[in-house]
Amino acid sequence: MVLISVVVLWPVVEMVRTSFLKISSSGLTLGSQGGKNYSDLFGEEDLVHILVRTVLWVAAVVIVTMVVSLALAQLLNARFPGRRVVRWAVIVPWAASVLMTALVWKWMLDNYFGVVNRVLLDLHILDKPVNWLSHPDQAMMWMMWVAVFVSLPFASFVILAGLQTIPGEVYEAARVDGAGTFRTYFQITLPMLRPAMLIASIINVINVFNSFPIIWAMTQGGPGHATDTTTTFMYKIAFFDQDVGESAAMAVVNFALILVMVLFYLRASRWREEVR
Amino acid sequence: MTATTVRAKPGARRRPVSFRKVILTGVAWLVALAFVAPYLEMLVTALKPEKELMRSSYVPTKWDWSNFVNVWKAAPIWQNMKVSLIVAGAATLVTLLCALPAAYYTARNRFWGRNGFLLLILVTQMFAPTALVIGIYREMVALNLTDTLLALILVNAAFNLPFCVWILHGYFASIPKELEEAAFLDGAGKIKALTRVTLPISTPGVVTAVVYTFIGAWNEYIVALTVTSSPNRQPLTVAIPSFVTQYQEHWQYLFATSLIAIVPVVILFVFIERYLIGGLTAGSVK
Repeated sequence: MVLISVVVLWPVVEMVRTSFLKISSSGLTLGSQGGKNYSDLFGEEDLVHILVRTVLWVAAVVIVTMVVSLALAQLLNARFPGRRVVRWAVIVPWAASVLMTALVWKWMLDNYFGVVNRVLLDLHILDKPVNWLSHPDQAMMWMMWVAVFVSLPFASFVILAGLQTIPGEVYEAARVDGAGTFRTYFQITLPMLRPAMLIASIINVINVFNSFPIIWAMTQGGPGHATDTTTTFMYKIAFFDQDVGESAAMAVVNFALILVMVLFYLRASRWREEVR
Repeated sequence: MTATTVRAKPGARRRPVSFRKVILTGVAWLVALAFVAPYLEMLVTALKPEKELMRSSYVPTKWDWSNFVNVWKAAPIWQNMKVSLIVAGAATLVTLLCALPAAYYTARNRFWGRNGFLLLILVTQMFAPTALVIGIYREMVALNLTDTLLALILVNAAFNLPFCVWILHGYFASIPKELEEAAFLDGAGKIKALTRVTLPISTPGVVTAVVYTFIGAWNEYIVALTVTSSPNRQPLTVAIPSFVTQYQEHWQYLFATSLIAIVPVVILFVFIERYLIGGLTAGSVK
């Protein structure tokens, strides 16, 4: 308990305190400067774009992940030869380091040597190689794809666990009552999966919001700030612009943002009734 | 044609395989392939001779297994791996030492603020190190711990602790108290009851917690990137990207090292798969 409070709570306090301090680039504290870090932060012209992009990034990745993982969980729950092996394969991106996964995608998307361009050229979908990661919009799409890719295993396994807790009798009863496959799914399976989906999506929101390695490895938020989310932006302010105070302000804003998102989400899905 | 007629021949024991099942299996295997594909590409690239990297081919003309040998000489991988091992190992140990008593106590005793405590644990889970990295950095500066392994160990242990307490709590809570009471009647002390009865039963939970923490610490990136600066104190995750910089592009070494780092943990992970899902739902859904 001491460990949690020292290592987790101290940084929180320190971060909030730092966000009100003026700190020189060499790390010396030069006294308080009130809200100046915040006004500096909100004065950054890229901030609005970055905030919007972050929200879009989280929303898109989480929604796609949840929809796909519903299907994936259903698939993994079905009986077919080699199911164990398929489950193991799906686990791989979860266990492997996100950083390394992002790096291999970066390599596959390489302008000249990447396998993605190779395949698309050979299939005659493209007639000349595309430098995927140098155009902000394309880069963003690919990074979302990678984020979905690494989020899927966890989400689908939680939902799979949820599927397995639904007793078979329920389905039998539905069949006796004459419900079709479609209706069974939407009126029985989905509602019963709600707790599992809730957990999966909350943890997913937190992870995706904080996802640093993907963007860092693939574009470093560049060109310029064109693919930054708040997380990489915060890192850049601190260690490139050497302004720890302003960066801490960004972190506090970040924190508030995620807290609001999670609370909002919990309220929307009536957390207390479902989970307790 | 012949295959199907043979199968459907009257008297054949085997039921004809339904069309649906074939499709399902096919889709499932394709999905599996899609999930493994990037890692296969990793392997293929790791086996390309340096010259062939710059030719975009699907498979190397010469499979260069020596990359896996040479990489150890090309960079101080062994040192980085040792750092990763020490950090992950020590963090796991610290986590376990803190999580076991905490989980046991909360599962066996009702005390004032117990629910609050469990809630606090859930909330800390939301504080990913990424969000706190600036604060962590400042803390380590204040403690004079920047660029030390101790800093990494502490941070990794602290951030994995909540999950471990959660999962172990679920396990301990599911073991009936009567079992321990029976041990008391047989004259066992409290400690003996714990080590002889409760712990052996909850081995799967403990193993899950251990492996999960270990992998989490092994894959941790941002804190290590921020806190460490000297190359011989950097774990693998921080060292690996340095194979490809503005000055050099050794993708084959990068991926050879990545595979060296990934394969063991994937095997470990597969090993705990069953318990992990059980633990996740036991902890969170109830």
